[in-house]
Amino acid sequence: MMPSNLLRAPELSLSWTAVWRRNQLVWRKLAFASLLGNVADPLLYMVALGFGIGAFVPEVGGMTYIAFLGTGMVCQTAMFTASFEAMYSAFSRMHVQRTWDAIINAPVSLDDVVFAEWIWAASKAVMSTAAVLTVIVGLGYGHSWLALWIIPLGFLVGLTFGAFGLVMTAVAPSYDFFTYFFTLVLTPGLLLSGVFFPVAQMPVALQAVANLLPLKHAIDLARPLLMGSVPPDILLHLAVLAGYAGAAFCVALVLTRRRLLR
Amino acid sequence: MPDAAQRLPEARPRPAPDADVVLRVEELRKFYGANEVVRGLSFAIRRGECFGLLGPNGAGKTTTLRCCLGLIDPDGGTIEMVGERVPQAARKARLRVGVVPQQDNLDPDFTVTENLQVYGRYFGLDPATLAARIPALLEFAGLEKRGAMGLRTLSGGMKRRLTLARALVNDPELLILDEPTTGLDPQARHLIWDGLRQLLSQGKTILLTTHFMDEAERLATRLAVIDHGTLIASDTPRALIAAHVEPEVIEVYGDDARAWADAHGRGLSARLEMTGETAFCYAHDARPLLTALGDAHGVRYLHRPANLEDLFIKLTGRELRD
Repeated sequence: MMPSNLLRAPELSLSWTAVWRRNQLVWRKLAFASLLGNVADPLLYMVALGFGIGAFVPEVGGMTYIAFLGTGMVCQTAMFTASFEAMYSAFSRMHVQRTWDAIINAPVSLDDVVFAEWIWAASKAVMSTAAVLTVIVGLGYGHSWLALWIIPLGFLVGLTFGAFGLVMTAVAPSYDFFTYFFTLVLTPGLLLSGVFFPVAQMPVALQAVANLLPLKHAIDLARPLLMGSVPPDILLHLAVLAGYAGAAFCVALVLTRRRLLR
Repeated sequence: MPDAAQRLPEARPRPAPDADVVLRVEELRKFYGANEVVRGLSFAIRRGECFGLLGPNGAGKTTTLRCCLGLIDPDGGTIEMVGERVPQAARKARLRVGVVPQQDNLDPDFTVTENLQVYGRYFGLDPATLAARIPALLEFAGLEKRGAMGLRTLSGGMKRRLTLARALVNDPELLILDEPTTGLDPQARHLIWDGLRQLLSQGKTILLTTHFMDEAERLATRLAVIDHGTLIASDTPRALIAAHVEPEVIEVYGDDARAWADAHGRGLSARLEMTGETAFCYAHDARPLLTALGDAHGVRYLHRPANLEDLFIKLTGRELRD
């Protein structure tokens, strides 16, 4: 395929909403199971580790361990939900069911399809973020109006990791390929971004690495918000998340065009 | 005063759009790397006809279809589909085109009716229009009683009929089918063919690629045979056969077929080809062959008129294309 065609600007139209709606209609049929899956993991972490480790750890980062974990989990759920949707679900649609091929025979461009999948991954992320936030509020934390900003933050985190997931999907030969993403992106992100312990505890070299991770920037926003204070360096954190999201989406688009439009 | 030589040259007037031509492909070229997959292909499909595109694997049929739909950009030539330039106005053109792909790509998460509804939405059809159209589409597909059922309960033939109905949800002018009856049993194939004939009688235009010569012979008003990206022959099926193949064919099988062919068949046929242990004898008059076969032992034979398969094999050869 000619390089100029691969790299042309996205050609989007309102047709993407029809593709988003299709995904939403499928989700509605399985909504309960889907939400349960997205929410169960973080809740188990919070309860088990929060009460378990929280019993002999006094305060972490100026809050109880269960609150510390909760703020991390709220971002973790957005990250995992969006990644899963943009990898396993999108790959099923693209490669196994050939749904995308069917859609682009209609007057919908491939750019519209990939954009719709991106927004859909973020939509699922925001739903699970809201669900986990509800539980955290139920446990007695986040009783400040500022905590509501975590919901749009969940959407932004969903855009970031949804875009990463779509990059993986564009090049994956099979489902097994996605294991790379877990090992190289999700697990390091989870362990180094300040979910389980403050980033300041790590050696300086690792802290520098953590600063490159989008999840860390999401947590740097979520933690103060949940505790009822305005986070410092808002624009920096937002720029990192948005920058990763936009760049990864463009890469995903180019790679998907190369894969499907031959 | 402006000199005549300095006046701007007039733009060449575009030929008036021919409302009768639903798809016009001119000098289509497509390279994959250094490999020229489509080399200057030209054809035009008139309203109301069923146009068959025949060719062996790798001939460039699917690439041509994808170029016509605007899914891939050609490296040369022009395409005009339902009056719109492709790929410039590809999405506008696809509004009035229906596509039945080679492999079913229905939505397994939805019921039969939901599949039609969801697909209609991609064309911007509103719920009221869809609600009015879907019962007729289900009836066309013979799935009136299965509207609320999931796809797992459908056989291969039913799924293909649903795919055909789905391709009609936007009431297209042009229907593009890529090997529509591959993998179907004879009853299912006949049902699809009946459906396609119905659509033709309603004034729709069909572009069909197929490997099945009986399908091409039954449905196609005109055919184009392409190989290695170029057009080899194009005309009505009857005219093509008459022009390229001897009118009568005798296929000779059996343990002694080869020996008989060498001894007797060759002399009595206009053309004889051996494939494995079968001899294909092509002749303008088969009577001398039939007489000779009457005396032969160890052979069976089949006497028939020449068909599209003979044409296809004559034009594209007997070698396997991987």
